Amino acid sequence: MQTSFTPEQLLDPHVAESEKILRRCVHCGFCTATCPTYVTLGDELDSPRGRIYLIKDMLENDRAADEQVVTHIDRCLSCLSCVTTCPSGVDYMHLVDHARIHIENTYRRPLADRLIRSLLAAVLPYPARFRTALSLARLGRPFGPLLKRIKPLRPLAAMLELAPRAAPPAGSAPAISQMPQAQRPGRVAILSGCAQPVLDPGINAATHRLLSRLGVEVVSPQGEGCCGALVHHMGREEQALDFARTNVDVWISEIEKGGLDAIIITTSGCGTTIKDYGHMLRLDPAYAEKAATVSALAKDITEYLFTLDLAKLEPKKLTVTYHSACSMQHGQKIVAAPKQLLKAAGFTVRDPAEGHLCCGSAGTYNILQPEISGQLKARKVRNIEATKPDVIATGNIGCITQIASGTAIPIVHTVELLDWAYGGPKPAKLARKAKALV
Amino acid sequence: MAEAIAFLPARASVLSQRDNIVTDLARLVPADCLIHEERELAPFEIDAFISYRRVPLAVVLPRTTAQVAAVMKYCHRHAIPVVARGAGTSLSGGAIPQEDAVVLGLSKMSRVLEVDYSNRTATVQAGVTNLSISETVGIDGFFYAPDPSSQLACTIGGNIGMNSGGAHCLKYGVTTNNLLGVRMVLVDGTVIELGGKHLDAAGYDLLGLVCGSEGQLGIVTEATVRLIAKPEGARPVLFGFDSSEEAGACVADIIGSGIIPVAIEFMDKPAIEICEAFAKAGYPLDVAALLIVEVEGSEAEMDATLKDIVEIARRHQVKTVRECQSATEAALIWKGRKSAFGATGRIADYICMDGTVPLGKLSYVLEKTAEIVERFGLRVANVFHAGDGNMHPLILFNANDPEEAMKAEEAGNEILKLCVDAGGCLTGEHGVGIEKRDLMRHQFTQPELDQQMAIRSAFDEQWILNPSKVFPLEGRR
Repeated sequence: MQTSFTPEQLLDPHVAESEKILRRCVHCGFCTATCPTYVTLGDELDSPRGRIYLIKDMLENDRAADEQVVTHIDRCLSCLSCVTTCPSGVDYMHLVDHARIHIENTYRRPLADRLIRSLLAAVLPYPARFRTALSLARLGRPFGPLLKRIKPLRPLAAMLELAPRAAPPAGSAPAISQMPQAQRPGRVAILSGCAQPVLDPGINAATHRLLSRLGVEVVSPQGEGCCGALVHHMGREEQALDFARTNVDVWISEIEKGGLDAIIITTSGCGTTIKDYGHMLRLDPAYAEKAATVSALAKDITEYLFTLDLAKLEPKKLTVTYHSACSMQHGQKIVAAPKQLLKAAGFTVRDPAEGHLCCGSAGTYNILQPEISGQLKARKVRNIEATKPDVIATGNIGCITQIASGTAIPIVHTVELLDWAYGGPKPAKLARKAKALV
Repeated sequence: MAEAIAFLPARASVLSQRDNIVTDLARLVPADCLIHEERELAPFEIDAFISYRRVPLAVVLPRTTAQVAAVMKYCHRHAIPVVARGAGTSLSGGAIPQEDAVVLGLSKMSRVLEVDYSNRTATVQAGVTNLSISETVGIDGFFYAPDPSSQLACTIGGNIGMNSGGAHCLKYGVTTNNLLGVRMVLVDGTVIELGGKHLDAAGYDLLGLVCGSEGQLGIVTEATVRLIAKPEGARPVLFGFDSSEEAGACVADIIGSGIIPVAIEFMDKPAIEICEAFAKAGYPLDVAALLIVEVEGSEAEMDATLKDIVEIARRHQVKTVRECQSATEAALIWKGRKSAFGATGRIADYICMDGTVPLGKLSYVLEKTAEIVERFGLRVANVFHAGDGNMHPLILFNANDPEEAMKAEEAGNEILKLCVDAGGCLTGEHGVGIEKRDLMRHQFTQPELDQQMAIRSAFDEQWILNPSKVFPLEGRR
């Protein structure tokens, strides 16, 4: 596509990058068809091609973001379905990242929006604060319907609805690898994460158990924090880069201590961001190389398990519908591995129709855009329930929370099923369901 | 950039009423169906023909036929131009608006209304995507046959406007052969039905007239299309040749022998490389030209047809023959082919030609095309529906270089004239749009154009529907 940036504008490395991305787009329009918001709203302004055009117009004219542009960029889920679809290889992810930073730097949001975003940025990435917030949410739930009636406060109502009703089940203590060090297939670090251990500590516990049972040495380095994705998607770049640098430091020092074969991530949303650290920190001479090292080591748990040649197990009488998180299939292009692992472990695996469409979770999207998110959730649940599964498996805590709020079918992380199949305990949610049936 | 193709000058009487028009439109459609802010109009100034742009006056995205009718009635009364838009994937600029036009987008009307297996039909809203019809009925063993490469995104309304084709039209025909009925809003807002669930209707074949009328006879809001039962099996086979000429001659021989495969697609070396980079379908990279030939039916049927085709290909020194081994592989082969245009964006901007030639002239036209493009100092990639002689030379250029862009357009014009002179026509499936409008004189005489324009006037006396397109500006009625 034709662009019209001046040589001066192109001196800014962010603009130069965006120009390169825009030049690749030939405006064919394929992306509109697989964009969840276009499919839902039927307006090209809420499609990748429309957003690309709005961003191009804003950047070329060096203009501050305005209400119209912000409305349509805010509605983007960053699901990256368009990136999978685009035949020209337009790097929409980094283009919309740039647009979000530009919006954050040049646009003053209405008060309620500002407050809610600041609240999310101050709470979600910090497990202790998030845990406290969840307890408060349980107390605040009765006010939900009232908040829903006041438009600017709807995100608060959405937050209350999403907060789990019961305290999350605690994970059991991980076993320690009994295999002699020399025979161990690897030494890996597991990302503890921020929101996931609060919402569902069982996921990392299962990961730890399974990897240990397979003889992998698992370390949990101290000092790591949120991966930065939550604030990154709000355009708060400095805060995001600070999170990234902290984590890079922690993992680099762990590598120096004993070497790492992989950094295991059990939340695909975080995986997409950590795999992008190399790009995010490319302009920081002190961190560029280290960040690239970390990104190269980052592996989704299923991506890593797939390299370990797990034994093929007898078929079980359990049907699993696999929901591929957008960050898994579009962000990291991990498509077959999770399903093949589940099949090898003996589960019957089904794909829902419209598997490429987002469930509407998308980080903080279900809080900030509750209407569109709700429609996408209903559509996703309808497609999943049509496959009549015993259990739903996915690789992202955001999707788990979102889909669980719309269906009675239990939903677990893929690794919990694998841990169970290879000798671990039955996932708590399945055990509870069995009890309910009795 | 200097523009070789002129749009009609904007009507001052319309432009001066802009605010009033927006206020009036706001009474006709819900708030989220009307776009009028300057920023938000920009993305609608263009479709997939990237050389020309015009920001429209306003965009309406109605949800119902009644809303479409109300907007048409209003625009007709005030002589405001209207440009219909589906998914905006036109490669001939069919959906590019003009400054004094209201864009009437059908993207919110995207439901499949009825599937009727006993009549083997589906009735859909015009904004439904081509592929989603096949997706809806696929589970029951049916599909909708015309498959433009943009079928993932393009809408049935746009397909009707351009009488779109596709790879599998060799066997099943193009849109007009698969369209049974439409509900259409006339220019003054009157709603009419043409055709139905049956094959033929009494009286003039107005449905045939509407199909391919490029949004100039009315706005189709619903369509009833024919469904076809899926074959028992289908198998694409790759045939690699050392020269484009041999591949072209092979196509003419296959068709000449009486065999009708479902599809015969052609790719030259640049196109093979582009598609392989995107789809990783395993296309042979050591050949100068590739044919994708798809056969279908029972295993025995496919084997027998293939045997005959391989024999013909051998006579043309075929270098490699590769049968596809799995459904996944077949899907990748088609994914690569259908993404060819977009994937070209990885290496350059392009304009895509759409001439059709008699099969006996394929090799000749390919050779001449290469000469023309070379004379302009540009590159070309060829990927097209060889079985029905529908050529798509993609002329590669740099959109940021005005001189090169102009050269690309000139080279394109020469290629299309070449197609006409070879006994073919200007457009196989993309429509005339703005791109080929001024070449219409090369194809038609003035009396022929007059007759077509008389029909257009019978539907739209004021010429407010997509007015800058199809007919050269000079010599209009």
